[in-house]
Amino acid sequence: MHNSDPLIPKVGTITDVRIDTPDVKTFRVLTPDGKKAFDHMPGQCAMLSIPGVGEAMFSITSSPTNTEYMEFSIKKCGCVTEWLHQAEVGQQITIRGPYGKPFPVDTVFRGQDMLFIAGGIGLAPLRSVINYCRHYRDQYGKIDIVYGSRSKDDLVDYKEIIDEWCNDDGINVHLTIDNPQEGWDGHVGFVPNYVKELGFSTDKTAILCGPPIMIKFTLQGLVDLGFEKTQIYTTMELKMKCGVGKCGRCNIGAKYVCKDGPVFRCDEIDELPDEY
Amino acid sequence: MRKISMDSLSALFEAISGTMPLFLPVDGKEGASYKKWEPGTEYSKALNTNKSAKDFFFPQVENMMAFKTEGKNIEVLDLKEDVGPFAIFGVRACDLASFSILDRVFLSDPVDSFYKARRDNAVIISVACSRPQETCFCSAFSIDAAAPGGDVECVMADGMVYLEAKTEKGEAFLKNLEAVTEASDERAAEAEQAKIRERIEKLPLANLSTDAFGGGKTMEYFNNPLWDELSANCLGCGTCTFVCPTCQCYDIKDYNTGKGVQRFRCWDSCMYSDFTKMAHGNIRNSQKERFRQRFMHKLVYFPENNEGIFGCVGCGRCLAKCPISMNIVKVMKTLGGADNA
Repeated sequence: MHNSDPLIPKVGTITDVRIDTPDVKTFRVLTPDGKKAFDHMPGQCAMLSIPGVGEAMFSITSSPTNTEYMEFSIKKCGCVTEWLHQAEVGQQITIRGPYGKPFPVDTVFRGQDMLFIAGGIGLAPLRSVINYCRHYRDQYGKIDIVYGSRSKDDLVDYKEIIDEWCNDDGINVHLTIDNPQEGWDGHVGFVPNYVKELGFSTDKTAILCGPPIMIKFTLQGLVDLGFEKTQIYTTMELKMKCGVGKCGRCNIGAKYVCKDGPVFRCDEIDELPDEY
Repeated sequence: MRKISMDSLSALFEAISGTMPLFLPVDGKEGASYKKWEPGTEYSKALNTNKSAKDFFFPQVENMMAFKTEGKNIEVLDLKEDVGPFAIFGVRACDLASFSILDRVFLSDPVDSFYKARRDNAVIISVACSRPQETCFCSAFSIDAAAPGGDVECVMADGMVYLEAKTEKGEAFLKNLEAVTEASDERAAEAEQAKIRERIEKLPLANLSTDAFGGGKTMEYFNNPLWDELSANCLGCGTCTFVCPTCQCYDIKDYNTGKGVQRFRCWDSCMYSDFTKMAHGNIRNSQKERFRQRFMHKLVYFPENNEGIFGCVGCGRCLAKCPISMNIVKVMKTLGGADNA
């Protein structure tokens, strides 16, 4: 069947489900004939739906350099996500996209030292960029990753972080959890404070993603360290229905998060009314 | 220019209906609304319809697709229907101007094909407003109610309807209508248009100014303390958005028919509390924030993205229909300062 309108989705099949944390699962999605539903760039999103349950926007957590499949790390927190969490391999869903402006990985980020800072499920959109940078490793400078969660069990993609990212040359991974825990000998404390403690040099490009409160304090922390807001990027999340800048839901000021975002440079966010 | 006598309007409607479905304002118990013409249907003398003409292109509810599910499998069924040519008679200048505002939303990339199919197939016959009302303020947005445009433009004067094609589509449409004859007395139409413009200048809202608003003024107005007062009594009923010809926010929902799931689109309102509510919270928790969003969008955000064009056409429906008598004119006068009183 041809898709005659941007709002009419394709069918996707869940080909793998990985349990990441008590409330996050990562779903691998392919078209029924075993292909990727479409190409995307890091930071872009897709609309996933289950007929009769609803449709919602998710960041694509796999890197575009993964030619075999797409992955979505999804936290159980509403109707669509609860339904997805009980879905089994082989279940079909619908998918449309890609939506939004990606991170400027092939322009602004080229040659830069990268500082990724994520909290909780906020790692999902950053994983796409991190793995893109790892794939084109010689295009980027040093990479630092600061990632924190409530507990060790809540760190998304823990295995990939430990087995792959931590073993890469030129990548420093700094993990932290909110409270001390048996079997954890790493850092304990909130992400914004940890970033300040680590005290990064201000020649890096920083990318933040996490709960609004974490973004707020980390952004302030980076500014206190001497970063300019033009060096800091984040990705936003608002209610969306169409994904193409028409339904009006994700409108903040003159911007539509689905179309003008979800990636914003932090100085651009300063120009938006405080409604996110 | 062509003409037909007002007494022969039904002959004109019959002739049009012979070639394509014709819709026109018809009086009902609670005011006028667009209906399909059938023999005996009378054209309403009301200045405007209760609901705007946006329904023709952006219907209040429309099915977009269906899903057939079997076990773990899903099939997507495209429910888009073929649209044939149709005519709308009696569109006023304000509603006509709203179409080009809606076009900027639905026809910008990626094009909304549901909207486009209907837009492409419509022949729009506008009618100049011989009797503008005290709630009218289209002139504030440089809309000329005496010369509304469209594919064919009508001016009613001295018991006659003067019709002028404004597009190629309109020219072809008029050519095929034998009921209308060549008019050599254009002056009568022009005289009526001059009178209409005089009447509009004397309307109570004739001097409403948009000068204080436009793109780039987000920070100037967003934190204005006057929003509290303006929105204090807003019920969040959404009537303003539903009667508004330019409000275009929509929802997409699934409905289980018992035989399968249909996905439909329907009008929604930024005035509603759940419009931006998601699992992690709501960015606009108070009615003040939702009220502000609607007017900021029309007066600042939309012009910022659309070369200064405002998201309002001055039709006055919200002035007539709001249950607490709040409306965009009061917002403009209150925020716009003393010059706009």
